[in-house]
Amino acid sequence: MQEVTAQASRVPELKPVSYKSSSELKKRLWRNKYLYVMLIPGVLFFVLFKYLPMYGLIISFQDYKPYQGITGSEWVGMEHFKRLFTEPDFLNILGNTLILFGMNIVFYFPVPIILALMLNELRGTFFKRFFQTLVYLPHFMSWVIVVSITYVMVTMDGGIINELLIYFGFEPINFLLNPGWFRPMYIIQIIWREAGWGTIIYLASIAAIDPGLYEAARMDGAGRLRQIWHITLPAIRSVIITLLILKIGSVLDLGFEHVYLMLNSMNREVAEIIDTYVYTAGLRQGQFSYSTAIGFFKSVIGLIMVMSVNKLSKKMGEEGVY
Amino acid sequence: MVEDRSIGGRIFAAVNFTLLALIALVTVLPFIHVVAGSFTTSAEIAASKFVLIPKVWSFEAYKFIFSTDTIFKAMGVSIGVTLIGTLFSMFITALMAYGLSRRDLDGRNVVNFLVVFTMLFHGGMIPTFLVVKELGLIDSYAALILPSAISAFNMIILKNFFQNIPEGLEESAKIDGCNDFGILFRIVLPLSMPAIATISLFYAVTYWNTYMSAILYLDDSAKWPIQVLLRQIVVLASGMDHSSTLDAAVPPPDQAIKMAVIVVATLPILMVYPFLQKHFAKGAMLGSMKG
Repeated sequence: MQEVTAQASRVPELKPVSYKSSSELKKRLWRNKYLYVMLIPGVLFFVLFKYLPMYGLIISFQDYKPYQGITGSEWVGMEHFKRLFTEPDFLNILGNTLILFGMNIVFYFPVPIILALMLNELRGTFFKRFFQTLVYLPHFMSWVIVVSITYVMVTMDGGIINELLIYFGFEPINFLLNPGWFRPMYIIQIIWREAGWGTIIYLASIAAIDPGLYEAARMDGAGRLRQIWHITLPAIRSVIITLLILKIGSVLDLGFEHVYLMLNSMNREVAEIIDTYVYTAGLRQGQFSYSTAIGFFKSVIGLIMVMSVNKLSKKMGEEGVY
Repeated sequence: MVEDRSIGGRIFAAVNFTLLALIALVTVLPFIHVVAGSFTTSAEIAASKFVLIPKVWSFEAYKFIFSTDTIFKAMGVSIGVTLIGTLFSMFITALMAYGLSRRDLDGRNVVNFLVVFTMLFHGGMIPTFLVVKELGLIDSYAALILPSAISAFNMIILKNFFQNIPEGLEESAKIDGCNDFGILFRIVLPLSMPAIATISLFYAVTYWNTYMSAILYLDDSAKWPIQVLLRQIVVLASGMDHSSTLDAAVPPPDQAIKMAVIVVATLPILMVYPFLQKHFAKGAMLGSMKG
């Protein structure tokens, strides 16, 4: 893509025609009129559903009343943002969000890498395809389905997990109502649903490695593990870093659906995160301005995180995302 | 790669294969368990007489869930939203992607930037909700489609794909008197079938799995898609949340019924998955290499 844009910017230099003259520009615009027509629905979509909500963020500086609208509501300045940091509720959900994010990085992030390395070491395309097909599948199931399957498996009411616990002589556990089990279940569900799918990009970059490197390593007597350590891993290093940057950028963005579905009155203390809180405070309790301020805070942190981690990785000599 | 025939190499391969087989098994077991459970009786499940293959086969659960029209209706909503939504999304995504793929288009970089920016920053749930409300979309099926009609990620994948089609083809079509619409629909789209198939699948899965837009924008339970109904039946009815809106006097549906509803809600994906699996792996790679 970068190459392509470089070419495009070279084009005017090659043609001695002056593109500065406005009639020339008009001609070009007219010649491409159908292309502009094609852009209309898409641009309309982005304006309506992406940029208009960004404009709507100003209600976080207001005391927004639905009947008065943005133009009629009273301005309150930073009041809602000040409230964020004094409200014990908010500090708790921020903590919950960060803990789940940390668990994501520590327990989930390495899994697709390891899985991709294992798949790559598999000889014989049939089994490779077969295993890939199986491990990709959960990615296509909605969180509702994943959580529902979890519910029927761990329920006290004859769920298979508890039946097995009883069979092996343990006490049954009420996984769903016990707050201590929320985080482990959360991370297991993520690994189950996403780990396989996450291998795709690693497998693609492994496939691009020069086979000569492995041959040379074998000549030097390197076994399979040493080849992974000295060739495969260094070769996919930049992909790993890029994905880590993207992940860190989404630090407060854990996904509303998954947590919302797992949330209940017993585990609220550990399970409530920013997204679910925005939903409850905003739409259920009608605190539009306050919850918009929370969402705003979240988006800004996300943007700052992506940009700074990207900058950092460039300084360290890596490619970065953009 | 050459087969490693040393003892160490063989042990490595055997251990690796076994581990992968276990992982694959763990991935599919929960689902097999649920499918099997949906075909037996609740007594059988309660007595934990089965894990993977039921001893007593029964279609009671399916008979029960299809005895009312609730499931049928929700399936209908989901199928309708998936078909119309996918077509609509594909159409406007392809139009935009093609427009932006043409290098001689003035202003394409600005539009490109504005699209990428939405991936980094967004207004969030409440402002988006307010826009949808102002547009009068609350409680309409359009609310399940319009607010998520284009995925910026999908659009960029498609745009990159279009950019790789040789420009000469487009120029010769132009000389033959084709306008840009003609070029897109007669030349570029037929050449892009793998990418179109992949992205259609992504959109279709997203629409089939629609849950969040439904709970945000649909108050009328008669319009619920299957995912919301599934949550009502399995998650809420498990009595986990005492603040749930379900009437406490209604006994929760038994295990076999819950499992049957899960199967029904997953079935369409399981049916198309094997056919499209090859395409999307390729397509996803295509998009992820330089996004």
